[in-house]
Amino acid sequence: MSNQGTPLVEMRDISISFGGIKAVDHVTVDLYPGEVVGLLGHNGAGKSTLIKCLSGAYQADAGEIWINGKKVEITNPRDARAQNIETIYQTLALADNLDAASNLFLGRELVSPLGFVDESKMEAETRKIMHRLNPNFKKFSVPVSALSGGQRQSVAIARAVYFNAKILIMDEPTAALGPHETQMVAELIEELKKQGLGIFLIEHDIHNVMKLCDRAAVMKNGQLVGTVKVDEVTDEDILSMIILGKKPGAADSEAAV
Amino acid sequence: MNTTTPQNTGPKTKQQGAVKRFLHATELDTRLLGMLGALLLIWFTFEIYCAMFLGRPSVFLGAAAEDATGFLTPRNLWNLSVQTSSIGIMATGMVLVIVTRNIDLSVGSLIGVTGMVMGILQVDILPQYLGLGHWSIWIITVAVGIGLGALIGALHGYLIAYLTIPSFIVTLGGLMVWRGAAFLANGGKTISPVDQTFALLGGGPYGAVGSSMSWVVGILGCMGAVWMMAHSRAQRRKHEFHLRPMWAEVSMAAIACGAIIGSVFLANAYPWPKGIVNAYAKANDLVVPPEGLFISHGFAIPVLILIGVGICMTILMTRTRFGRYVFAIGGNPEAAALAGINTRWMTLKIFALMGMLSGLAAVIASARLNSATNALGTLDELYVIAAAVIGGTSLAGGLGTIYGAILGALVMQSLQSGMVLVGVDAAVQRIVVGLVLVLAVYLDILYRRTTK
Repeated sequence: MSNQGTPLVEMRDISISFGGIKAVDHVTVDLYPGEVVGLLGHNGAGKSTLIKCLSGAYQADAGEIWINGKKVEITNPRDARAQNIETIYQTLALADNLDAASNLFLGRELVSPLGFVDESKMEAETRKIMHRLNPNFKKFSVPVSALSGGQRQSVAIARAVYFNAKILIMDEPTAALGPHETQMVAELIEELKKQGLGIFLIEHDIHNVMKLCDRAAVMKNGQLVGTVKVDEVTDEDILSMIILGKKPGAADSEAAV
Repeated sequence: MNTTTPQNTGPKTKQQGAVKRFLHATELDTRLLGMLGALLLIWFTFEIYCAMFLGRPSVFLGAAAEDATGFLTPRNLWNLSVQTSSIGIMATGMVLVIVTRNIDLSVGSLIGVTGMVMGILQVDILPQYLGLGHWSIWIITVAVGIGLGALIGALHGYLIAYLTIPSFIVTLGGLMVWRGAAFLANGGKTISPVDQTFALLGGGPYGAVGSSMSWVVGILGCMGAVWMMAHSRAQRRKHEFHLRPMWAEVSMAAIACGAIIGSVFLANAYPWPKGIVNAYAKANDLVVPPEGLFISHGFAIPVLILIGVGICMTILMTRTRFGRYVFAIGGNPEAAALAGINTRWMTLKIFALMGMLSGLAAVIASARLNSATNALGTLDELYVIAAAVIGGTSLAGGLGTIYGAILGALVMQSLQSGMVLVGVDAAVQRIVVGLVLVLAVYLDILYRRTTK
């Protein structure tokens, strides 16, 4: 990982507060193409809030977002999508009463020249992408409420992957999954990395972080504790960052980043 | 997208009986069949009651169609179709409102106020400028009525979506405000009669399209149904999805066309009353033979409006982005917003549409009465909500169909007019309608539990 040239994403000095509580307090993180940056911290540390500023669900009170060296304004989820930012939310954000194809294309339906929703084409496209991501997936005509946790996750991931994301945000993508499905997500992340996507990964499992991430940014009480290269630190170093909110001496290489 | 049909899984079919195999192959919605069953049950119960306890002649006991006075007569069914129109039109809009987890209690009062404004416009105002009976009066009146309904609906939608006042409260307020406005509009006085062309929109002998036009409508309907099935099959073949067996397609087409042609026969079997025929013959210099002239009603205009609205709303809900977003908001409002859907703007548009349909329903209701009164549409909101809910719209949001709501309206109206026909006391009528609503929702809960 060279991390040279222009970062794919730079979030500079982001702050956002809710009712007087600073959920995110002057945080700066960046992300390069082909890189996975883990966001770590306790519940309530501000990881999800920070990332929602990038996905357009929230608007930061202060700070700037730069994409490919250009300053951008992201005020709603549509703006984020226009910047090729896709998000897989912890809650998956699926409409349970709709089938896989409807969820995959939600907000971006394929329409015929007359402006009508092209249902068959959407289903055909869904079959294609699901075949690639999860060949066992067969339930195309039932509402997603009838799917298992892993299958629902596949739908959420397919939605992010289908639209050629350049920047992918994954909020605890393996939290509800069994070992086999977790492995599948890990392989997918590796593959997407190779394709040059940048991925923000919110993750609690330190083992997954060490395995999947290139760098880890640790947050505590809304503030950034520090960003470290994963292969230059140990599990214990990162855990102490999360728990004590202090950067270990071993992570001095951060200065070089 | 098929949000209500339970999934049919393949391999079990071989051991199933013929009925199950038919249902499986045709992919028919079982809840639709349940509602049709309930409807037939109601119809035959009234017919049997009329024949057995009231001694009325029935076509099923050999009486001629024109002598029969039970429930299942061309005359009664034709009237039933006209009575269903206004509630049915509003019920299609209520589906959208309820699917997005809202409610609209103001539609009855909206009928009152838009009906009143249309009455004043076409009787007191427009004739002054255009002259009495001018051809454009009814067009302007209808446009203003629908436009006013849309405007009021949009106002409700704005209060609900942007000021985040619960829809129950906004429309409860609307229920009182607009009923009061309907009274004030003309100082509580009734306006009658309305413009002659306008009155045709409410049905009646002259407000029906006649025999040959009904055939045209029926044949167009059959052609449309067959084309839709063929088109859908072609689409599925193009993308190599599972195809229904050919015999299932053919029998579905036959059932659909049979129902359409049957309704044409039925509408044409109801002749104009003698007085109207004589007046018509006089006006057109026709000689009435001693055995009388048989002039068919054919489909009533309000029924055709209802069918048109039903088709448009079904296309809107199942074939457009707008419809997708309605279901998505109902299923998970947060997910819809994260998918980039402007949920507030959607809510405003949905209530504006509900208002438009209320305005259209007001056209039919006031044209049918040939007058505008400030009490027009009182309690309609309850029948409309009941129709949508009986038709399978889930109050928890996310589920509902347009055809279900129209069938629901037909069920409600059948109960009501059947009870009037057999002479049930008005107080008992209300008790029955109330009980049926509760029972229908309970059956719906049971149905969902077993098909999950």
